[in-house]
Amino acid sequence: MQLFNELKTLGQQHIKADKKAGERVPSGLWIACPKCHQSLYHKDLGTYQVCPNCEYGFRITARERLAWLVDDFKELDADMKTTDPLNFPDYNKKLEKSRRNTGLNDSILTGIAKIQTEEFALGIMDPNFIMGSMGTVTGEKITHLFEDALKKRLPVILFTASGGARMQEGIFSLMQMAKISAAVRRHSNEGLLYITVLTDPTTGGVTASFAMQGDIILAEPRVLIGFAGKRVIEQTIHQKVPNNLQDAETVLERGFIDAIVQRRDLKQKLEWLLESHSKGGLVNG
Amino acid sequence: MVNILDRKKTAAQIVAGARNQEKMSAYELINGIFENFFELHGDRLSGDDAAIVGGIATLADKSVTVIATNKGESAQERMLTHFGCPQPSGYRKALRLIRQAEKFGRPVFIFVNTAGAYPGKSAEESGQGEALARNLLEISEVKVPIISVIYGEGGSGGALALACGDSVWMVENSMYSVLSPEGFAAILWKDSKRADEAAEVMQLTPEKLLAQKVIEGIIPESHSHKRVCRAIKKTIEQEMKELMSLSPNELLVKRYERFRKF
Ligand SMILES: [Zn+2]
Repeated sequence: MQLFNELKTLGQQHIKADKKAGERVPSGLWIACPKCHQSLYHKDLGTYQVCPNCEYGFRITARERLAWLVDDFKELDADMKTTDPLNFPDYNKKLEKSRRNTGLNDSILTGIAKIQTEEFALGIMDPNFIMGSMGTVTGEKITHLFEDALKKRLPVILFTASGGARMQEGIFSLMQMAKISAAVRRHSNEGLLYITVLTDPTTGGVTASFAMQGDIILAEPRVLIGFAGKRVIEQTIHQKVPNNLQDAETVLERGFIDAIVQRRDLKQKLEWLLESHSKGGLVNG
Repeated sequence: MVNILDRKKTAAQIVAGARNQEKMSAYELINGIFENFFELHGDRLSGDDAAIVGGIATLADKSVTVIATNKGESAQERMLTHFGCPQPSGYRKALRLIRQAEKFGRPVFIFVNTAGAYPGKSAEESGQGEALARNLLEISEVKVPIISVIYGEGGSGGALALACGDSVWMVENSMYSVLSPEGFAAILWKDSKRADEAAEVMQLTPEKLLAQKVIEGIIPESHSHKRVCRAIKKTIEQEMKELMSLSPNELLVKRYERFRKF
């Protein structure tokens, strides 16, 4: 991320800072961290939108994440839109609202990216697009990304954030899980690297498929990771479950995550991981 | 198989039929279709989940691997199986048996009747999501035919993780959906009482799913369990014959395309 700042002149940085400050005036309010409940001034979250008290990373749009994550990016499948396969009532209205809020046509942004000189296929799910739910377009874009990465022999990095399968697309959402998984397997069979970064929240069908299939699984601090929702579990077993049951830290202790990485360190750590897999390995020679 | 299509049932009636208590148990189904069933236990990692039954059996003089979700018969059994909702160790046991089948060149038959993967504290702690994800990943390249039959409820990822092979059939009174109609209605309309309406919208009936090519076909059902077993047997024997004529590579290409089309 240092590089990102160095690329800008001091003047540009000031302009950017000023513009942001201006935007913040009306919304420059006190907010509470959803994890540690500390009251925070919005400005204190900084570039990475992180709680200074507990390191929890607030839910940001895919494009906001992209801005500090990579040095170069060519978007893929930007125009792909769902066909609304169930003709679901009011679905289009919901889609339009999410499109306005995220600048995306569906819940994931995909493309070919670079951090420094390391090239890779990148997907970032957007929790602001119908809760990051996985519909047919989400599945198609991810599958296409893996197929493209396989052709170009590139590693894949996916940032997950999802409430699970998209209810409005029913069984077709479910089929995406198997479709993506098969593409992940083909990519993996060629000795190519796949890293997932679990962000808040990663649940349901996304956890039960590509989120948990990375060669390396990272998570941001304090994010929610699980399969079933807490309410569903409590209704099923008729008892309260601990608040931290699905915290990244608990899931790590249980053995399902490799490491928890603070948001501000992600770019550098990912670069290192990419670099360490791009040479010297047995498979990649 | 054709005549059921003109007896029009509502989606809600199909859902009720799929959940009917008269449905066969896993053992009755297995013993009604296969010979010499020899049950194998355990996931070799953390336990043995009663909600998944599996083992080796004979079908048309061939050694095959059989796996089924199990709701249990007595009240005690139903508690033990969480009413047929598998734990992560159940999915891991299924995968172990599928890998074993691959090693010895046996086709795999999986029978699904589950409301879904078990949503519980222990299930989360043991990585329910990881278990399902691993099944999807690994089964995509297992080099023997995998044929699934949904014979009651086919609930979401917990059903998909057992129905991601080469061929999926449904019996007449069964359902397959991204979540329960009640859950669907609760999430989308904040009113779980609109489940019947949700069932229509969700297109979860065998007929609708066949039209969308989510499944390969529908098996007729009757009150006689014997006749249902005979109908299933006829169908899966035919499927086995066709799939076993493919080379492992052809099989895997076809399996990839089966899901790639969605
Ligand atoms: Zn905090």
